[in-house]
Amino acid sequence: MPQPVFIVEALTKVYRTGDVEVHALRGVDLEIDAGEFLVLLGPSGSGKSTLLNILGGLDHATAGRVLFRDAELTAFSERQLTLYRREHVGFVFQFYNLVPSLTARENVSLVTEIATDPMRPEEALERVGLGARLDHFPAQLSGGEQQRVAIARAIAKRPKVLFCDEPTGALDSKTGVRVLEALVKVNQDLGTTTAVITHNVAIGQIADRVVYFADGQVARVEENATRQVAAAISW
Amino acid sequence: MSALDRKLLRDLWRLRTQVLAIAMVMAAGVATLVLAIGAYRSLDETRETYYERYRFADVFAQATRAPDWLAAEIAEIPGVAAVETRIVKTAIMDVAAMPEPATAMLVSMPAIGEQVLNRLYMRQGRTPDPERADEVVVNEAFAKAHGFVPGDTFHAIIDGRKRELVIVGTALSPEFIYALGPWDMMPDDRRFAVGWIARKAMESAFDLDGAFSDVSVKLLPGASEAAVIERIDTLLERYGGRGAFGRKDKQSHAFLDAELNQLAAMARVLPPIFLFVAAFLINITLTRLVALEREQIGLMKALGYRSSAIGAHYLKFVAAIAVIGVVIGGIAGTWLGFGLTRLYGGFFHFPFLVFQWGADIYAIAVVVTVGAAMLGGLRAVWSVVRLPPAVAMHAAAPVRYHKLFAGGWLGGLSQTSVMIGRHILRYPVRAGLTMLGVALSGAILVASLFAFDSIEFVTDFTYYRADRQDATLEFTDAQPARILNEVRRLPGVLSAEPMRAVAIKVRHGHLERRVAVVGKPRGPDLSRVLDTQFVPVAMPETGFAPSEALADILGVRVGDIVQVETLEGRKRIVDMPVTAIIQSYLGLLAFMDIDALNRLMRDAPMVTGVNLAMDAGRANDLFAAVKDMPAVGSVALQKKSLEKFKETLAENLAIMVSVYTGLAVVIAFGVVYNAARIQLSERGRELASLRVLGFTRAEVSWILLGELALLTILALPLGWFLGYWVAWIAAQGLQSELYRVPLIVSRQTYATSSLIVLGAAIVSALLVKRRIDRLDLIDVLKTRE
Ligand SMILES: Nc1ncnc2c1ncn2[C@@H]1O[C@H](COP(=O)(O)OP(=O)(O)OP(=O)(O)O)[C@@H](O)[C@H]1O
Ligand SMILES: [Mg+2]
Repeated sequence: MPQPVFIVEALTKVYRTGDVEVHALRGVDLEIDAGEFLVLLGPSGSGKSTLLNILGGLDHATAGRVLFRDAELTAFSERQLTLYRREHVGFVFQFYNLVPSLTARENVSLVTEIATDPMRPEEALERVGLGARLDHFPAQLSGGEQQRVAIARAIAKRPKVLFCDEPTGALDSKTGVRVLEALVKVNQDLGTTTAVITHNVAIGQIADRVVYFADGQVARVEENATRQVAAAISW
Repeated sequence: MSALDRKLLRDLWRLRTQVLAIAMVMAAGVATLVLAIGAYRSLDETRETYYERYRFADVFAQATRAPDWLAAEIAEIPGVAAVETRIVKTAIMDVAAMPEPATAMLVSMPAIGEQVLNRLYMRQGRTPDPERADEVVVNEAFAKAHGFVPGDTFHAIIDGRKRELVIVGTALSPEFIYALGPWDMMPDDRRFAVGWIARKAMESAFDLDGAFSDVSVKLLPGASEAAVIERIDTLLERYGGRGAFGRKDKQSHAFLDAELNQLAAMARVLPPIFLFVAAFLINITLTRLVALEREQIGLMKALGYRSSAIGAHYLKFVAAIAVIGVVIGGIAGTWLGFGLTRLYGGFFHFPFLVFQWGADIYAIAVVVTVGAAMLGGLRAVWSVVRLPPAVAMHAAAPVRYHKLFAGGWLGGLSQTSVMIGRHILRYPVRAGLTMLGVALSGAILVASLFAFDSIEFVTDFTYYRADRQDATLEFTDAQPARILNEVRRLPGVLSAEPMRAVAIKVRHGHLERRVAVVGKPRGPDLSRVLDTQFVPVAMPETGFAPSEALADILGVRVGDIVQVETLEGRKRIVDMPVTAIIQSYLGLLAFMDIDALNRLMRDAPMVTGVNLAMDAGRANDLFAAVKDMPAVGSVALQKKSLEKFKETLAENLAIMVSVYTGLAVVIAFGVVYNAARIQLSERGRELASLRVLGFTRAEVSWILLGELALLTILALPLGWFLGYWVAWIAAQGLQSELYRVPLIVSRQTYATSSLIVLGAAIVSALLVKRRIDRLDLIDVLKTRE
């Protein structure tokens, strides 16, 4: 029985803008196991990003608890959250968010310089198949390549968890598949717990479990008996 | 209100801190312009009006004893409109309740009728009765310093006798707007007075019946001053004439002139600096605003707005900043200018002030400020006008960076340092101008604060290295040398050195100059003569030692031969070698060995003054004794002069430092704050991404602020350099025959200016850091820039 990395209990998030209250999360309960590959599906506005942002230490919950291993994440201070992100979390976003003035290798070094036990930047880039594009600036790379640099940057510090919010959202099918392959490979090689948000139902097939969101709650969770290889899917 | 104008107001409000920072830089430019031009014109006009109404003379000359009939001959000189002869002498005063002796310059009032020239502006009381020997009108400042009113009395030692003088009036005079006592560098109204006494009384007191010692001349419009001076010199030559001179060499006039020159220099130098910096700030701010609104611009064009209308919208943004700047600067400049004019008015004892704040000053301010602002905004606005809508709707092409600072040759650099380096190199012009802006802030400080270093240097040189005596007694007339023994026997005198001053004309080729040559003992210990290397000069037995300024005028170097012609006693013309060039900052000086001078004069050894060192504990005894010494015409107390000087200086220092600090802070703050805000706007997304990756607030702030810190630190030495250069220009501009300004910039001045600049930069950085700390992490993830 694998240990859970995250235990989410009755997590609630309310956004207040003026008089309007938006209930982004309405009591989410979830456990995520170590080494698991999770896919989050659900309609727009159902709270997927909100959950991932809280798990990733980017946002505060309104009520409920999140336990990261033994620590209560929801009680962390701003400074502790920064440290938590720095040491344990890798992020990949829809809009790669690379530093334009740094090359691929340097964008990865940015993270390895502040991590405790990182891999070499070159190794991280090789893992995502970019060993040959080390010295290119983001502006000189395609969207898929930029996204893979972002993945390399996220995994270079050997994070415990990797959060990906629509990593293929801006990419075509073929490029998207290469990005997914990179994610699966990292998950298998390094045992990084990975959670991927997507609108693409097909992507659910490569996961251990698929969590369906609706209206700020977990509607249902499906377990895949067998995981598809990324190369086999398309959209 | 149109939608675009509403957008304009919102933009101004949203960017209010930046807008205000830029407007303040402009305001500083406008304020200095309005202040300097306004105060200059007002003081110039005040002085002109004062001179005009109270008939300030154009040419002045002194003689030992010139017969009265010579006045008629002077009046005959072509170009002379009016002549007034007077007796002018110094005397020491004994003012009750003040132990140290004061010096009075006694000026005769005409025997018949009113003053023709240099008329008094009576403040209180009346002029002296021509028949009374004991009535005096004193300058108002002296009366105020002692609380004297008409009817009060004080004593003066006139012609060896202590006389009681009754103050019958107080007055101002165009001739003494700046009244300096002997050896003083600042007016000391307690120890120096001007007293106007009936001519008859002066004639008998100084044994000058039917003679005069001073002549003032008013010129006809268009007359040649030089020609008149030449003729007067010829006429007075036989009577101990000491060389006529024009207003520019008249102490009182020249000091105000120097102040006016400084105001004029301020009007020329400061506003352009501020406007240049403001133009640069507008340029970067508007360029960024336009870049952010690129898509909106495209949209508006697509909707059918004309390019000119959109361009005008951004120009209005620029104009609004300029208007804010002009209004703030105009008000501040007027207020400060009136204050400054009043301050000067008091300092220079003007009876009235003429304020000259014409509309044209403000018109100039508006034109140059709006002009500079438009110039700054032009490039950005032009890019708006040219941008085709289709292109505008697309995202801008990505910024290209260069692979400088790549791991290889500076491997030790962290990626954040690499980011800083690449960003600077990516926008070199902006980085360079940011640096220049900060440097200018420092330069303003260096170029203004150096004045105190120079003054400190001059006072140190004058009072501690050259003239180390405690007091200088000057006699009304040359005295036999044995008087030195008398002085040595006075209570409290530790040592005494003689000196003799003789009016001479010195020639080198066709260049000539009238000066007083001072004879000193061979190796003086108190009043020393230092050469340009600050080494004490032992007076050679023969030879002539002019000060640097005089040497420059004559074009002589050591070893050259000059011709010296005596203007007192029997006329002698002698050739002499120049044996040393003397360092001096005040006046035109020349020195000789006192024995050689006595031989030159072909009379018994004489002295005109004594320098002495005194026992401070017995100062009052000495003062009392000096007050009873008949021959003494004036007493200078060097240490008192220095004290007064430092006191006045300290007051000015505080005002000046705060004004210039304010100006420099406005620039440094404006530049650093705007540069930081624009960078934050450009790189906020990048910085937020780094925060997501686990970088701390401090680390992320460093990427942006580190760049500015680097530029600021690089700007400091540049500021020193620019400041030194401006100081050099200023020092050159202040050179006159009255004084030379050595260009001394102390380390402390460099350090102070840098600290002030750093302080302003740090404050603006902290303000921006608060914004960096509040960056929204999630927001950047949702959007593509
Ligand atoms: N900063 C915010 N302020 C106010 N409301 C917000 C904020 N962020 C998210 N929300 C709201 O919270 C709800 C959940 O948003 P969330 O971004 O988690 O949805 P999502 O499932 O990720 O949707 P999508 O698939 O479109 O990304 C939405 O209704 C959204 O409008
Ligand atoms: Mg989302």
